[in-house]
Amino acid sequence: MAVAATIRIQEADFDVAQEIAALGKGRTDVGAVVSFSGICRGSEQGEPIAALTLEHYPEMAEAEIGRHADEALARWPLQGLTVIHRFGRIAPGENIVLVVTASAHRQAAFEAAEFLMDYLKTNAPFWKREESARGTNWIEARDHDDAAAARWTKS
Amino acid sequence: MKLKYFAWVRERVGKAEETVEPPAEVRTVADLIGWLTARDDAYAYAFEKPTVIRAAIDHAHVKQDAAILGAREIAFFPPMTGG
Repeated sequence: MAVAATIRIQEADFDVAQEIAALGKGRTDVGAVVSFSGICRGSEQGEPIAALTLEHYPEMAEAEIGRHADEALARWPLQGLTVIHRFGRIAPGENIVLVVTASAHRQAAFEAAEFLMDYLKTNAPFWKREESARGTNWIEARDHDDAAAARWTKS
Repeated sequence: MKLKYFAWVRERVGKAEETVEPPAEVRTVADLIGWLTARDDAYAYAFEKPTVIRAAIDHAHVKQDAAILGAREIAFFPPMTGG
């Protein structure tokens, strides 16, 4: 049976426990559910921040996350997949992103979740700006995120 | 074609989107960056380090040597920092 990914790009918060429960609900073929939650830290480079504001490119975000979700479904035997990414102003301690993968066995669920997060970091069109006592600044991309995404590319 | 700008590229250009009709000799994304840069200082500032700039044609990532013929929407933005 074809598995459809659930992808949501939203300003509102989400309930991690509810999203995890939804993937296994009413079925007995799921043996493993892996979830990754990205949460807003209260500091950036050692400096306290008041909030992050995420700008995004709505149409492309949907297309890009959809392409990577399809690739994850093609590469791993998943029974369910949910990706939620927030935009707008997010305070320290609040959720930013969620990836949930469900599979019969843990390895596929772990790998697919890690693959999706590595690609979201470098390819999903979102940009974080930090607010702090010093004003607002765009957060710079990190080389190690590019390296993390590159290891999933088949040679 | 429609152009869209995001994050600090948007701030430097001074607008989120616009419609342009570049001349026929502007064939690639890199040509388009050069053409915009020559228009005024705001674009020159936004594109001062062209190798840092990422581009998308019709909602898909492209390299700067990509042809723009037939593109409906081209976006320029810094490296992404989501997730």
